[in-house]
Amino acid sequence: MAMDESVRKAVLGAVPSLRAFAISLCGNVDRADDLVQETLLRALANIDSFQPGTNMSAWLFTILRNHFRSEYRKRRREVEDSDGHYAESLKTQPEQHGQVELREFRDALAYLPADQREALILVGASGFSYEETANICGCAVGTIKSRVNRARTRLAELLSINSADEFGPDEQTRAVLAGGGE
Amino acid sequence: METAATRPKKDHAKPAKLGREVQARLGQQLRALYDDVVSQGVPDRFTELLNRLDGSGNKDKR
Repeated sequence: MAMDESVRKAVLGAVPSLRAFAISLCGNVDRADDLVQETLLRALANIDSFQPGTNMSAWLFTILRNHFRSEYRKRRREVEDSDGHYAESLKTQPEQHGQVELREFRDALAYLPADQREALILVGASGFSYEETANICGCAVGTIKSRVNRARTRLAELLSINSADEFGPDEQTRAVLAGGGE
Repeated sequence: METAATRPKKDHAKPAKLGREVQARLGQQLRALYDDVVSQGVPDRFTELLNRLDGSGNKDKR
């Protein structure tokens, strides 16, 4: 098949961001790259169902997410590689940064429920609107908003931040949050 | 200008409502993590995949 040049460009242009999202979903670079590859194969096999003029990137993200949900869910029972181990399996990113802060953030992110992490990343990093994110995740806009809010709150708790100048462990804060009371 | 000292202390009573600074900080961290991958660009395997799928385009392999 001859590929339309604009399609080719749009698909390749979306790859870096698709990879970042895929890594956040499966927590493993190799697996993420396989996921992106499978996504591209599916997308191009069904390119006719893409509506020109709409957001190619959002379309690809939707395919990737759905594919991940259906495929990965099965595998997860075999390889228990979910939330808790997500952080450890990511070897590429933290060291080159050498930032303790970023590593702590990544670890905290790994402890979020998958639904919340996904919503937070799509809105906060991939740059999709709440509406686009709701379409990608197949749920209501309000659901996305609430997931993003809960994700932020949980991250702030895990990282013990109440304000920007308080970024980092703070035993008193941590004790209060752990106690759950006021 | 509002400072931590002048601001009402209700923030502490409501951990569920995050301040703008906190949200901004979290967003910054999130993007740093994400952009780290994005900045790696398009690995060869994906360019090659598209070349392969493009059938006729096989001649300029690479």
